Parts: sequence; C-alpha cells; structure tokens
Amino acid sequence: MSRAEGDGSRVRVAQAPLIELRNVTKYYGDVRVLDGVSFALHEGQTKIVLGGSGSGKSTMLKLMMGLETPDSGQVLIEGVDLGRAGERQLMRLRPRIGMVFQESALFDSLSVFENVAFRLSEVGTDEDTITDRVREVLGFVGLEDAIDKMPAELSGGMKRRVALARALVSRPAVMLYDEPTAGLDPITSRRINELIIRLRDVRGVSGVFVTHRLRDAFTLASEIAVESGGRVRFIREDGTFCLPHTRFVMLRDGRTIFEGPDEILRRSDDAYIRQFIA
Amino acid sequence: MAGMLPSPKAAVLEVQETALLAFRAFRRAFRKPFYVRDILTQMDHVGVGSLTIIMLTGFFTGAVLTLQSASEMSRFGAVGLTGTLVAVSLVRELGPVLGALMVAGRVGSGMASELGSMIVTEQVNAMRALGTDPIKKLVVPRLLATVSMQPLLTVVACSMGIHRGLADAVGILRTSPDLYLNSAWNGLDYYDIAGGLLVKPVFFGAVVAVVSCRCGMRTEGGTRGVGRSTTQAVVVSSLLILVSDYFLTQLILEYSP
Repeated sequence: MSRAEGDGSRVRVAQAPLIELRNVTKYYGDVRVLDGVSFALHEGQTKIVLGGSGSGKSTMLKLMMGLETPDSGQVLIEGVDLGRAGERQLMRLRPRIGMVFQESALFDSLSVFENVAFRLSEVGTDEDTITDRVREVLGFVGLEDAIDKMPAELSGGMKRRVALARALVSRPAVMLYDEPTAGLDPITSRRINELIIRLRDVRGVSGVFVTHRLRDAFTLASEIAVESGGRVRFIREDGTFCLPHTRFVMLRDGRTIFEGPDEILRRSDDAYIRQFIA
Repeated sequence: MAGMLPSPKAAVLEVQETALLAFRAFRRAFRKPFYVRDILTQMDHVGVGSLTIIMLTGFFTGAVLTLQSASEMSRFGAVGLTGTLVAVSLVRELGPVLGALMVAGRVGSGMASELGSMIVTEQVNAMRALGTDPIKKLVVPRLLATVSMQPLLTVVACSMGIHRGLADAVGILRTSPDLYLNSAWNGLDYYDIAGGLLVKPVFFGAVVAVVSCRCGMRTEGGTRGVGRSTTQAVVVSSLLILVSDYFLTQLILEYSP
C-alpha cells in the first residue's frame, strides 16, 4: 500500500490517476469559482497550480480533499468517485492524502506533539508507535526540539513545518500544498521548498502545489534532491531541460488556460501568462 | 448580513440547518468513537466553571424574592407562606430560566467564539482533512456536557436561593426557620421538581449547546464574523430559552394533576 519510502525518482504511471477532477464546476453563491476544470495527478507526479487570487486554486484543493463538493462534474481519488463513495471508502482514502493549509491551521489548543499525533490518536494507534512516528516526521522537518511547544510559541515558518509534519504522519501518497510559503521570508520559504522537493524526489510523494509565487514554482520545477550517504543535495538544472515529473497548470477565472512543463510556460505567448510570469 | 434580521428564506434555511445539526449530534452521540476526554473537559468547563455565577444568581434571586413576597404576604397576614412562594417560583421558573440564561451568556458565547475562530483559521477544515468528524469531535462533547450539567447547576441555583430566603425570612421577617422550610417543602410537588429541575434544564442546555455550536460553525468573514457569531449565539439561545419555557410550562402543567 504505502510507497512513501519507495524510489520516487522514476515516473510511474498508475492505471487510475491518484487524483482526478472531471469537468468540475463549483459555485460559491452566485459566483462561479471553477468552470469545467479537468485535472489529473498520476503517481510520482507533482503539479504546480498557478493563478492569481480568486482564480479557484484553493477551491480545487478543497475539492480534491473532499472538503467541498462539486456542483457538477466528478472528483475521483484512486479511481473512486468521492460523490458516490461510502463513509468506509472515504475513511480508507483520506490517510492517502495529506494537506498543508495556507495559514498552517494548527490546532491552537494542542501542543506540537498532539497536533502531529492527531490523526494517529484518532484511529487508536498505540502510544509507542505514535511517539516514534511523531519524532520521525518532526525530525524530517527539523523540529524535534519543538515537540512540547504550543503553536502560539512558534514562528510562521515553524508552524508551516509542523503542519507539514502533521500531514505526513499517516505516510500519504499525495500531498496537497495550499500556498505553503505565503507570508514567509525568502530563506524560510526556501527551507519549506527544499522539504517539498525532498518529499517528492527522495520519498516519492506525489504533490499538488498551489501558489501565486513564481519564484517558488520555478524552484520546484528546476531543482532535484539527491540523497547520497545519508546527505541530501539539491541540484539545479539550468533551464535547458524539464523535470519529467513536474508540470504546471495555470488557472484563470476558474478555467485551465495552460498545462505543461515550465519551458513551454516560459515561452507561452498568451498575454495573461506573459503578464503573470513577467 | 447587515442587520440582525435575516430574510424569511434565510431564516427558514437556518432553522433547518440548526435542526439538522441537533439531529446529527444526537445520533452521533451514541456512536463510536466516544471522546471521553473532550466530554469531561467540557463538563468541567460548563459545570464547575459556571458554579460561581450560578450560585450568585440563585443567591440574589432568592433574596429579592423573599423581600418582595414577604412584604406582600404580610399585608394578608400570610408571612408563613413565604417559603412556598419562594420555592415554587424558584424551582418552577426562575431557577431553570435564569440559570440557563447565565449559562447561555457564559458558555454559549465561549462555544460560538471558540468554534468560530476554529472555522476562520481553517482548523475545522484541517480536522476534516485529517479524517475526523467535527460534529463528533467538537459539537457532541459540548452538547453532552451542557445537557448533563445544566440540571445540576439548576439544583444548585434553586438550593442557594431557597436557603438565602431562609436567612431573610428568619433575620428580617422573624419567622421560624422550620415554618419557612416546611412551607417551602410542602409547596413543591413531584411535577415541579421533575419539570423545573430536570425537563427544563435538559432542554435549555441542549438549546444553548446546539444554537451556540451552529452559530460558531457557520462563521464567515474573519474576526468580525467571530464577534457576530458570538452575539448571535447569546441572543438566539436566550430568546429560544424564554420562548420554549412558555411551551414547556404549558406541557408540564398539562401533565401535572
């Protein structure tokens, strides 16, 4: 089942996409936020969803997570239609997906440990396993020392890393990132991006990365993490070729206007895209 | 959403949503997992936390009732019935209603603002994303806590009031303590106690919890929204307590001999 520790540098295309949106439309009141959007994420892939504020990026993630239901169209996780899935199927699918929210959304009445342990303690995992797993994921994000702190004592970047750890604790196959670097300084953003690249390249976790910050998007599309001898190095490709597993999706007013690798995006002559990436 | 009065359609929808939340919460209360720790925490918060204001409420209500009724009673030479009047008023109406209003103000506002803050900071969405049902984890413990604590708090309020009345009856009106207590005890029948100390508090407790949780869960619009939800929770649950008290009283009187 779990391939979190697997070799993720190869692109493996499974039969059914991990996540698929089919012609999805979503309204908030009278406003059409998504207008017939189709989207697919295959195992091993990372898709970077770009778009201005109000283009429907966050809504797309909420639909994938099952937090919102589409007004028309289908949302499928590993081939299962969320609209028709029973509670039991949803229970099985949910741990496969982890989500990092825009403002971290840590439970502010719980400590860092309890936040990260939340999902495991909810399903009744035994204490020892919980402690081990929490230490492991906090170690991965470099926050083992903060284990007993409360969210209010953490900086913005630390909160984001705890949120990442909380989502990772169930070893998901897919991570959804909703503007994970919003409001952070460049150095902290870089650190978050490195964690995301490491997850993608070293642990083989697929991902959907929603952002309006191009700098982060191009970092993700041009760097790879290589682990050798227990150390992780980041290698930057110079824009001459594209990472095969990382693709861009551009949204505008609830519609997909571009899908493809960064090289093509950079060369696009669509006025809106030119303006966006300028 | 400028004024406090919503459009008729929105109001009907809101009643439906609130009823639905109540129904879901009651159904989930009997299903696993049971969040025992959350329930106990809430019981402590609702019960122990409200003890002081409930005692003060009962204390001064009893005191003022005794003063008022004694001055009227003495005109008819019926000071001996002061105990009955104080006990019956407190147990039938003032204890449960004032107690519930105080809890609506203290606990209901807290619930609405806490859940509202969790909504606007996406903590509730995060909880759902982690596979936990927010109704089960957040609403059910609050509902069970108020429903179980409200009768106990009402008993405390009534007992404080009756005993405070005793002090005044003896000290100011110069009646004997036995006379007062006997008349208090004899004035109450089984239906007064069942209705005032069990049926009404349980119902009011459920009203406070369901209305406040619903107000919290439907919060939108950031910090201002949280403030609005808190106000709505207190206003709506207080009004519902007063309105439902009227109907509950009719029902109880119908069944009492």
